[in-house]
Amino acid sequence: MDTAKAVANSDEASLNQEAIKVEDLHKSFGQLEVLKGVSLTACKGDVVAIIGGSGSGKSTMLRCINFLETPSSGKITIGGELVEMHADGSPSNRRQIERIRTRLAMVFQQFNLWTHRSLLENVIEVPVHVLKVPKSQAIVRAHELLERVGLGDKADTYPAYLSGGQQQRAAIARALAVDPSVMLFDEPTSALDPELVGEVLTVIRDLAAEGRTMLLVTHEMKFAREVANHVVYLYEGRIEEQGPPAEVFGNPKSDRLKQFLSSVA
Amino acid sequence: MIDLKSLMQPHRIVMMLVFVGFAVWCAYALRWDWLPKYAPLALYGIWTTLWLLVVTVVLGFLLAVPLGLMQAVGPWYLATPAKVFCTIIRGTPLLLQLWLLYYGLGSLFPQFPWIRSSELWPYLRQAWPYAVLALMLSYAGYEGEVMRGAFKGVAKGQLEAARSFGMPRFTMFRRIWLPQALRNVLPTLGGETILQMKATPLVATITVVDIYAVSSRVRSDTFIIYEPLILLAVFYILVAGLIALGFHWLEVQVLGTGRRTQ
Repeated sequence: MDTAKAVANSDEASLNQEAIKVEDLHKSFGQLEVLKGVSLTACKGDVVAIIGGSGSGKSTMLRCINFLETPSSGKITIGGELVEMHADGSPSNRRQIERIRTRLAMVFQQFNLWTHRSLLENVIEVPVHVLKVPKSQAIVRAHELLERVGLGDKADTYPAYLSGGQQQRAAIARALAVDPSVMLFDEPTSALDPELVGEVLTVIRDLAAEGRTMLLVTHEMKFAREVANHVVYLYEGRIEEQGPPAEVFGNPKSDRLKQFLSSVA
Repeated sequence: MIDLKSLMQPHRIVMMLVFVGFAVWCAYALRWDWLPKYAPLALYGIWTTLWLLVVTVVLGFLLAVPLGLMQAVGPWYLATPAKVFCTIIRGTPLLLQLWLLYYGLGSLFPQFPWIRSSELWPYLRQAWPYAVLALMLSYAGYEGEVMRGAFKGVAKGQLEAARSFGMPRFTMFRRIWLPQALRNVLPTLGGETILQMKATPLVATITVVDIYAVSSRVRSDTFIIYEPLILLAVFYILVAGLIALGFHWLEVQVLGTGRRTQ
């Protein structure tokens, strides 16, 4: 394993603390090989920021972890449970993958709130209809979560009536409602107007501070440096460099990373 | 919905007066003495038209959902037959389909003794099962195509979000995909249902006594031509109006405030 990880409590980093372990992940779209063998481990409480230019495969990697994209090969272990895969990389046990997905909540670039339901209905949808939580209980919790992301007064509003920042905060509330063991953020602020980015980052920063395990694909370098305890730089489908943010941003070793950082600064 | 002020425009008042004048003229100048005699039959015909419409729209739509789904996302061995079915139904006249079923199947069945002796025979020798079948298949064919577009039109991210939370496939279909697809095509379905209503008189050609058949009966019995046809037109317009209102109500109820898209 070439994925030495900086964990706050590295002494206790035993096997069952590994929230996500990706080994030698490959993914091709037809002839185009997007991921060329990526390995990555995130332990409980880690905030891993994944950075890289467009087309470097960072979103694809994130989407392979919950099998929204089917990996071409590799091994993925979630919370100590190896995902069963066919030889072609597709998950072979649909129930297993559905069960695992309920523990991984994803926040999308385009928010993807269900447009035919109000914010409250969006937030209780998965708890009630997938996790079978009693509806009254889910509603109480949903109000708390909407309150927490600053949308307490918008529970009955439909997504189309909200700004992008509000929608993304609601999407985060929806993700929190399943009490996920890992949160996957797929460029959560890339579709937002500049003045709305801050409100979403504030919410994510709070989540990081309370010790949530998160994988964060982002273009916000300052933010990544601030909240992440591990940064991964992807270049053309491979991990070019990784380490603690102070190292990766403060003292980059690879020329490509230096060039990348100077181009986004 | 309609406020009185907008009705009280000069051109609208004139139109209304013309209409009232026409109605009064019809009442006094035309013959209505046949009405009491044929009223019971007319009620029976109205009942037949209405249940035929409702039953075939409901059954046809239930068939259209899987037809649309198969074409939108099914594997080729499901998508192709569904596509062929919809193409044939939409590419041939309903009258032809109706006659093929009634005169074709209807004359094929009696040749098999086991069919003649079956429990179903008392029904199969009547005309209405063939009318129901033909109208249902027709509605399914057209709406199958509409639903194909509706299912495909749901944004990919909506379904991806559901999948990413581990929502089982049927739950996703029931909670996210179908409601969003329906919401996109509800106005279209309203129009198609009115078209289906206007297709129902064809069943009179295979001896089903709907309201159109009753008006023909009146004409051939009494040689009164226009009066039954005028009443027939009024009936169809009323039903079409009711269908339009019903779908409008559904749109407001179902779509509500969530209709605005991003």
